Amino acid sequence: MPDPDFLLQVCNLDVSVQNKNGRKHKIVDDISFNVSPGQVIALIGESGSGKTTISLGCMGYTRPGCHISAGSVQLGDTQVLEQPLPKLQQLRGKEITYVAQSAAASFNSAMKIDAQITEIPVITGAMSRKQALEKAKQLYRALELPDPETIGTRYPHQVSGGQLQRLMAAMAMISGPRLLILDEPTTALDVTTQIEVLYSFKRLIKENDTAAIYVTHDLSLVAQVADHILVLKDGKQVEYGPTSQIISDPKHEYTKALIAAAHLMPSKISTPDISTQTPPLLQVENVTAGYGPKQQSIALRGINLSIQQGETVGVIGESGSGKTTLGRLISGLMSPKSGRIHLNGQRLKHHVSKRSRNDLKQIQFAFQMADVALNPRQRLNKILGRPMMFYRGLSQKDATNEVSRLLERVDLPTDFAWRFPPELSGGQRQRVNLARALAAQPKLIICDEITSALDTIVAQQILDLLEDLQDDLGVSYMFITHDIATVSKIADRIAVMRHGKIVTQGPVDQILTPPCHEYTNLLLNSVPEMRTDWLDEAVVERRKLMTALGDKRET
Amino acid sequence: MPGQESLALHAICDHSCIDIRPCIAPDTKGITLSLLEILVKRLLLGLATLLFVSVLVFLGTEILPGDVANAILGQGATPELIAQIRERLGLNEPLHVRYLVWLSNFVTGDFGSSLANGADIGTEINRRASNTIILAGCTALLAVPLSILLGLACAIKPGGLIDRVITSLSLALISLPDFLVAVVLVTIFAIKLRWLPAIASIRPSYEFFDWVRILILPVAGLTFTILAHMVRMTRSAVLNVLTSPAIEMAILKGVPRRRLLLRHALPNAFGPIINVVALNLAYLISGVVVIETLFNFPGLGRYMVEAVTNRDVPVVQTCAMIFCCVYVVLNMTADILSIMANPRVRYQK
Repeated sequence: MPDPDFLLQVCNLDVSVQNKNGRKHKIVDDISFNVSPGQVIALIGESGSGKTTISLGCMGYTRPGCHISAGSVQLGDTQVLEQPLPKLQQLRGKEITYVAQSAAASFNSAMKIDAQITEIPVITGAMSRKQALEKAKQLYRALELPDPETIGTRYPHQVSGGQLQRLMAAMAMISGPRLLILDEPTTALDVTTQIEVLYSFKRLIKENDTAAIYVTHDLSLVAQVADHILVLKDGKQVEYGPTSQIISDPKHEYTKALIAAAHLMPSKISTPDISTQTPPLLQVENVTAGYGPKQQSIALRGINLSIQQGETVGVIGESGSGKTTLGRLISGLMSPKSGRIHLNGQRLKHHVSKRSRNDLKQIQFAFQMADVALNPRQRLNKILGRPMMFYRGLSQKDATNEVSRLLERVDLPTDFAWRFPPELSGGQRQRVNLARALAAQPKLIICDEITSALDTIVAQQILDLLEDLQDDLGVSYMFITHDIATVSKIADRIAVMRHGKIVTQGPVDQILTPPCHEYTNLLLNSVPEMRTDWLDEAVVERRKLMTALGDKRET
Repeated sequence: MPGQESLALHAICDHSCIDIRPCIAPDTKGITLSLLEILVKRLLLGLATLLFVSVLVFLGTEILPGDVANAILGQGATPELIAQIRERLGLNEPLHVRYLVWLSNFVTGDFGSSLANGADIGTEINRRASNTIILAGCTALLAVPLSILLGLACAIKPGGLIDRVITSLSLALISLPDFLVAVVLVTIFAIKLRWLPAIASIRPSYEFFDWVRILILPVAGLTFTILAHMVRMTRSAVLNVLTSPAIEMAILKGVPRRRLLLRHALPNAFGPIINVVALNLAYLISGVVVIETLFNFPGLGRYMVEAVTNRDVPVVQTCAMIFCCVYVVLNMTADILSIMANPRVRYQK
């Protein structure tokens, strides 16, 4: 039943995967939605909810191992799923285009940017090379890219991530598509860059009257761009409606949970009770460190930081600010060039190989990627038991008992001890990752972006667990993150890092309530708010702040 | 059909071979070496390898059992004559002095004279090297483009008929030693069918056509031995690149399959391909020794084999050094080319 008002009609779409036993399993189940020209629909859900699979399905494409088992996708008068491959290829370059999550990975590193952006119109003969280049430059200008005349002559690795993401939008727009698919287009970007890119996308869609599908897990971002929202869970539709309704009046429990867990600044930042002991648990004194031969390329400069017993210190900054390097220094994974680190007033040896077993026991590290950090071939019993035997001298039998207790402690069933990490979900693995750090009974855990790779709801659960553990065990955290909203919920004190320096530090309420340091303002300004007019204001404010910071760094 | 290309990609995933990433420049975080620095480093490393190899070659021939003077004089050796010859050849000097004299002579192109017949080694090498270069060059010209084409043909539809035929044939060829392949070729084409000569000796009167006739079988034998590796490596390098997000993006852009392979996947697979090509060209040299002996082809390889049987130490040393040089230079060239093929190194931020 083609309806002329709709550009895209997706009806009862099913996508299945076949597992090794030949059994079929639906990962997208009976999804229907419509998009009108000039409108944006957002597909929202956690990882594994099928949102990317649906958007790819609209292009008649499925990832290896999947296939579309039922339903129809109609673009204008064309039944997308019934087209032969050559027709589909024409459709993809011209009518439906795609902006991938990671532009850095999705650009071909061996081709110049111009060649990739103009490729489709040129090889299909829609434009001459000259026309296409001219059009590309127009788009570069519209997307406010620096040096629109020459940026295309570079290779992808020569421009920044934010620029690449916008260049990918230019690539998608060059043929004047009727439907644009944006797959988490800002997730891989720094928070302060994200809003500029989002703003560019929004303008581009509006000016060209393109329909768009916006795939994301972040509800607060979607409020800025989408007209309709389709909430997904496990491949099924949970709720579908206009953006304003979904945000202000969510009907389904799951949508409510998503909204509750959205990346927003808490309305009130509680004043932490700061107690100062002497000496503090950990004291970093005037530490400078770098990479390369003789640490010539400085990553950290004159860092002073102290962490008290039982408190959480948030270290925030964007990529390249040196926050992870600081964590690696404290844990001894790398040695500083100069400066001192004290633990309980005792000077710590620089490198992990020179520290005593007791010193090592006190400081544990929880890595960002639990799935990479945990050995996939060892049962949890071994992963968690080994640090207990190594640091605490437990016998195998005691360790096994202790593992059950520890698993209970992080809210996992005790029989998980006999499972392997790949059998666990992302959130469960992150709990195990934390448990592995706890197994040594440390005084300090360095948490390096432990919630960034998780879905919002799961991330919130991990944060709650961290707080519980702190209340019970009195452990301190150094919480490294790029997300100021998260840190404002969990930290007692925070240190804001930029270009290898701590620009400001102090109790969380002092740092985050005005008047703030200008860079803190920029970070705060980048946290989305759940109202539809936020983006335009934020962009204006951001440009002012950038000028105030005197920053010539390109976005 | 929408499912079509994903099926192909599915097959790719099943075939996930060794992990070959496009060559990344030695990049310690924050400090990137400039292209020139990388090249100079690589060149110095190559030179150091050569020097090390020269020591090995020299020592290797030194510790061979038997005395050179003895070998020259044969049965007519008297202690006085031996002492005289030792004196003349400088064999009484300490080891390191002899090494240095030998190395400096080698570097300046003075290879000395053969112990067997007193002929100047340099002239003989010149004559023979050009023959070997013709043989190896023809093989390379034939084998390299052919194997890249075959590798790509496999990668177009992994698991398809073409792919299965080529991969299983190349697997069979890898397992066969080169002399066996050559003997089989000779049996079929020279002895049974009598189309081609079984012996590839060269007469001065030979015209172009005669050259072609005698070269076909040796070149074919050599090609078979090096082809298989290159085909399989090209196939797996290209397939590996085909699973990257950049290729998925190109598919979603609507790039046709042929262009996807040639323009998007192949350039990103150049690094590993160049390396395996160079390794196999270097491997050609040992193949040359076997094949030249089999076909009685007057090249460097046979020269060396003859010298070994005659205990002609200077000739063995010289040939060994030349082969090693070619080996090292080829590998160095491959490294440099695969570094250059990576735009991340060619154009820095």
